[in-house]
Amino acid sequence: MTALLEVKDVKVRFGSGQGLLGRLGFSSGGSIEAVAGISFSLQEGETYGIVGESGSGKTTLARAIGGLHHAQEGSILFQGADLRGLAEAQFRGFRKDIAMMFQDPIGSLSPRLTIKSLLTEPYRIQGLKDRDLEAEAKRLLAMVGLPADFAGRFPHQLSGGQARRIGVARALALDPKLILADEPTAGLDVSVQGELLNLLARLQDKLGLSIIIITHNLNVVRHITDRMGIMYLGRFVEEGRTDDIFAQPQHPYTLALLAANPEPDPDAQLARIELKGEPPSLIQRPLACEFHPRCPFVRDNCRTGAPPGWQSSSEVHSHRCHWPADWQNAEA
Amino acid sequence: MTADILKITDLSIHYDTPRGALKALRHVNVSVPRGKIVGVVGESGCGKSTLISTIIRLLANNAKVASGSIVFDDQDLLALSETQMRGLRGTDISMVFQDPMQTHNPVLTIGRQMTDIQYRDKSTTAEKRNRAADMLALVGIPDPVQRLDQFPHEFSGGMRQRIAIAMALMARPKLLIADEPTTALDATLEVQIIKRLHELQAEIGCSILFISHHLGVIAELCEEVVVMYAGEVVEQGSVRDVFHSPSHPYTKALLDCDPGHIKEKTRSLPTIPGEIPDLVNLPAGCAFAPRCSQVFDACRSNRPAWNECKPGHHALCHLAETETVS
Repeated sequence: MTALLEVKDVKVRFGSGQGLLGRLGFSSGGSIEAVAGISFSLQEGETYGIVGESGSGKTTLARAIGGLHHAQEGSILFQGADLRGLAEAQFRGFRKDIAMMFQDPIGSLSPRLTIKSLLTEPYRIQGLKDRDLEAEAKRLLAMVGLPADFAGRFPHQLSGGQARRIGVARALALDPKLILADEPTAGLDVSVQGELLNLLARLQDKLGLSIIIITHNLNVVRHITDRMGIMYLGRFVEEGRTDDIFAQPQHPYTLALLAANPEPDPDAQLARIELKGEPPSLIQRPLACEFHPRCPFVRDNCRTGAPPGWQSSSEVHSHRCHWPADWQNAEA
Repeated sequence: MTADILKITDLSIHYDTPRGALKALRHVNVSVPRGKIVGVVGESGCGKSTLISTIIRLLANNAKVASGSIVFDDQDLLALSETQMRGLRGTDISMVFQDPMQTHNPVLTIGRQMTDIQYRDKSTTAEKRNRAADMLALVGIPDPVQRLDQFPHEFSGGMRQRIAIAMALMARPKLLIADEPTTALDATLEVQIIKRLHELQAEIGCSILFISHHLGVIAELCEEVVVMYAGEVVEQGSVRDVFHSPSHPYTKALLDCDPGHIKEKTRSLPTIPGEIPDLVNLPAGCAFAPRCSQVFDACRSNRPAWNECKPGHHALCHLAETETVS
């Protein structure tokens, strides 16, 4: 199996000396690194989950892969070709293969266009004039389980769940190889969330899609992803096979996230790890280990030295921490 | 003094629409005992927001109360004048809204907003400021005195929601209504807020009506739970009874759908087939009948009664009736 997508040490900075002073060599000092060196690879037909709190850089990373943000450093190899730094005109060809589902389902649909025009807009943009747009719209609606008469409706006539389905249908229009789904189930009820995830899984089996899912809902990640990365302040703190991470989390942040998942059972025994404070600011990153101000298991050397690079607890599971799985000792 | 701080009986709310009356709430019974936390759970569009807007009278102009009564602290809220209602809001009943980013006025400092809302108090501005700082400390905001001079954009989402809670509790209300206060927050912050609400409730001794569609949060925070579907309360009981032995098929289905309940990894998650009924043209019998897995003839023709399946645990279902008989 070859890697469909290989992301290597990608960095995205905002406000980094792009103004006049910056170009003259004066640092404006206000630059923040939203994505600070992320690497992972995605195989064909695989689902990868990116998990983290708001502000951890999940969406920025997805937009950088989808060509909507410029990544300053690193490389994004899609089937061997580097996407980073491509001009808009060169990128357009890749948009056929990389589709994006945006966070806000209704907001990402133009309120003035009918569902049919929204679904077939990709064909017009890509200049595919030979397609029968009517038939394509029907085919896409059927694919996501909506009746054909939806083609004449406007976005305000849809419920949140239906708008999500239109988002899926539009992402599938050009038979992409990779779908970037940004919080695909945010704001949906559990039953509708189940329907949408089942739909994605079914389409993946049928069409052999690769999917990157960005979410903070760990229940979603556990059921549908093969591998996952846990993001904190623009970096992965743990990465590996979903089953391994859920079974044996190594980094205390992962543990806290897993424990913060309220169980729908009033008698559940909770081994809760409470994080102190709030996610720190990206402008003034904490020194040494970036998680230490909030870490419940912090020790002296966490405050003085950066954690060692990637350590592997198994061949496919790695993390960055001075004291991995220290919580096991702390509990005993 | 009655045992319930809030008692809603047979409440129906209809919205006037061009298509006819939209029956957003139908014969709803909810009771909130003094000093307890009651959760309201249901999918979007089930009437949760209409319910709380009716309680604090923030309903849209086209809404009409078709039947029922709301008794709060021994007075009928529906009979009060607009001025009397205003006297209650913010003092005896207060509210925390869903989106912490839009709750505060962006051009005023937090301190200004927190002293402004104490306008009924006769104390000096300095005293009001001190109270505001005390409240901020109570909800866990570090350096409260300095923070009073900052603007809302200088706080994170989790902090703003805690400030909203501090403001709602400032007048030590008898009832706090919280409308999905953790939906816009991350899991770790959600846990913080829940823990804080628990502590504050114990300290102030108020009752809380907590709206959410997150079953896990309800299970953790509340003592009683009300399950709503398509404008009706279909089940109410203690959290333990409802979550462990749900009596209404909808509650069962909702619990089965929660991916947190499914221990085995699966690529095919359970769902509730079908759609929520049209609230203008409702089906004849039970509103859940078209989607119910245990439907039988009576469900399609007769509206089920509010049956007590065991003391303190009610369900709106024909099955709950037969179970008690047998």
